[in-house]
Amino acid sequence: MTRKLLRINMSDLSATYEDMPEKWAKWAGRGLTSAITLDEIEPTCHPLGPNNKLIIAPGWVSGTPAAPSSGRTSFGGKSPLTGTIKEANAGGLSSQKIAKLGIGAIILEGTPKDGKWYTLHITKDGVQFDDASDLMGKGMYEVDDLCWQKYPNEPAVIGIGQVGERKLSNAGISVNDPENKPGRYAGRGGMGAVMGARGVKAIVIDDAGGPGVEIADMDLFKQGRKKLTAAIMQHDLTKKDGGLNSYGTNVLMNIINEAGGLPTRNFSAGQFEGAALISGEMVAEMVEKRQSGMTGHGCHPGCIIQCSNIYPNEEGEDFVSCVEYETSWALGANCGINDLDYVAKMTWECNDIGLDTIEAGNTVAVAMDGGLLEFGDKVGALALFDEIRKGTPMGRILGQGVEATAKAFGVSRVPTVKGQSMPAYEPRAIKGIGVTYATSTMGADHTAGYTIAPEIAGVGGKVDPLSKEGKADLSLTFQAATAFIDSTGYCLFIAFPILDIAEGWAGMAESVAGVMGMEITGDDVIPMGKEILKMERIFNERAGFTAADDRLPEFMRFEKLPPHNVVWDTSDEDLDLVYAWVNGTDE
Amino acid sequence: MEAEVRVFATLRRYLPELAIGEAKIVQIEPGTTLDQLRECLDLPAEEVKVIMVNNLQADPDDLVSDGDRVTYIPAVAGG
Ligand code: SF4
Repeated sequence: MTRKLLRINMSDLSATYEDMPEKWAKWAGRGLTSAITLDEIEPTCHPLGPNNKLIIAPGWVSGTPAAPSSGRTSFGGKSPLTGTIKEANAGGLSSQKIAKLGIGAIILEGTPKDGKWYTLHITKDGVQFDDASDLMGKGMYEVDDLCWQKYPNEPAVIGIGQVGERKLSNAGISVNDPENKPGRYAGRGGMGAVMGARGVKAIVIDDAGGPGVEIADMDLFKQGRKKLTAAIMQHDLTKKDGGLNSYGTNVLMNIINEAGGLPTRNFSAGQFEGAALISGEMVAEMVEKRQSGMTGHGCHPGCIIQCSNIYPNEEGEDFVSCVEYETSWALGANCGINDLDYVAKMTWECNDIGLDTIEAGNTVAVAMDGGLLEFGDKVGALALFDEIRKGTPMGRILGQGVEATAKAFGVSRVPTVKGQSMPAYEPRAIKGIGVTYATSTMGADHTAGYTIAPEIAGVGGKVDPLSKEGKADLSLTFQAATAFIDSTGYCLFIAFPILDIAEGWAGMAESVAGVMGMEITGDDVIPMGKEILKMERIFNERAGFTAADDRLPEFMRFEKLPPHNVVWDTSDEDLDLVYAWVNGTDE
Repeated sequence: MEAEVRVFATLRRYLPELAIGEAKIVQIEPGTTLDQLRECLDLPAEEVKVIMVNNLQADPDDLVSDGDRVTYIPAVAGG
């Protein structure tokens, strides 16, 4: 393979194109960011210090002709929020453009000696270090606009808002969507602060005239692509006018509520009486009623599932993309807010100033629990984002995420694992996802091992969410499969059809094998995923994490969650089984 | 006896008169199964992926009891 490694050193403003070392040659996406992080980043370094790096990698099939839904970019390094290894990925325009420039990964390291901020302009001719003064202090909507005005060919814009400039732990990295709006976020884990620590406000990527992606075996690639596309188009969830295309991920709001697993008012209940008002069905109704916005929006060119949306405001204008499930839950149900227009306004704020919406919503909820506002106070909640934008002392605390805020307000109901707050599934009522939250290499993260598929949706089998039986194995299998899919460049949502349709699973592996010239089949997916997980676990162990960190917060063991009135009762021994194989203690 | 029935997402197309999350109150005979109840409501079997009764997973052959909260769910998932 001829993929290059682009190393950008901000200390001397140099950019070098290196041959991809043999040891990393088989990896892309998350596999590659994690391999580089393990090899090059001191596990004990300060995440904002000079020894951390930001690794950016497109997936194996990104940038290839018409591989479906394959525009995900992985962002890796050591997380300021968790102190663990981190990979956060996003859609948007960047993945395909980086890949088409023949770049396998960008390693961003060093700190500018002059203390200045830069915009990196990456083209086929190399990297230009532009003064970023014109963008400083600006939100991402304006940054994206200005970058398209200044640079030709409608480039990808990877950028950070004011929160990233201040290097706060809930800073996400924005990627522009096809309409050149921010909203596709590598949100989790504060990687925007890592980018800020490198003195980089934006990375502009123009692939015009680039060499494109080399495909080792075109026939095999095409065969795999065909099988995968057929599976996606056939499955009820991912087909045209199916659940995701019609309602987006927020199709889950009512369902998880019905299952009693919708975290409500800072994880104090499992059902929210206002769920219907902030659901995907309501988004679709608003689009119809206001005659603007859209459902079935694609976050990058070539997505055939198109789960995204553009939410219209009261004036009937396209307002914000995307009001997805996690966002609507975090800023809605979890704060006791039942008004979709306010959820949309807060989403716009997050997109603009550069916050992960999950952590942001949880942060507001914890602050509400601590008495800063009443639950349900939508006006007060929206005003908090202004504090964060301005960087007031209050705003800086909130910009640090849940744990810092919980400390500031004396709250003990803190829904975090390894410093990262939980997403929209209650682990007391859906036990498998709790195992994923506890043991994931990334802190509490649903995408890391989405057991919700069989526990709630009957996808990839059917298991009882309230049972503890077999959940350690289930979580590990999903964590491994996810690590692989996160390396492909495919959106994780291809997992749903291919879990049910075996041909699609094989097709995914074949498309990767075709691009890379690797001899892999569907049988290699889980073992290769485990290789990635192992690298991540080793990094975390070296950073000082132990089994004691693979636990859910204490309050979940004694606060009963209505309506099922259940506690978290999975044993520590069960949790420790999930990763016992890494150090060989399971056999 | 009666049961309250909810449908979500793409299944709402079959009961368009219901607002989002609104329940339809259905009179049923004792001995009715969840599958028979689905049939009465003209919900296509192939589109019902999961059934919940009183917030718990249920099987199509389970009997409906008086006052049950029944929910029919199509293919859903997200992230
Ligand atoms: S399915 Fe949704 S999140 Fe995934 S690539 Fe398509 S629009 Fe983006």
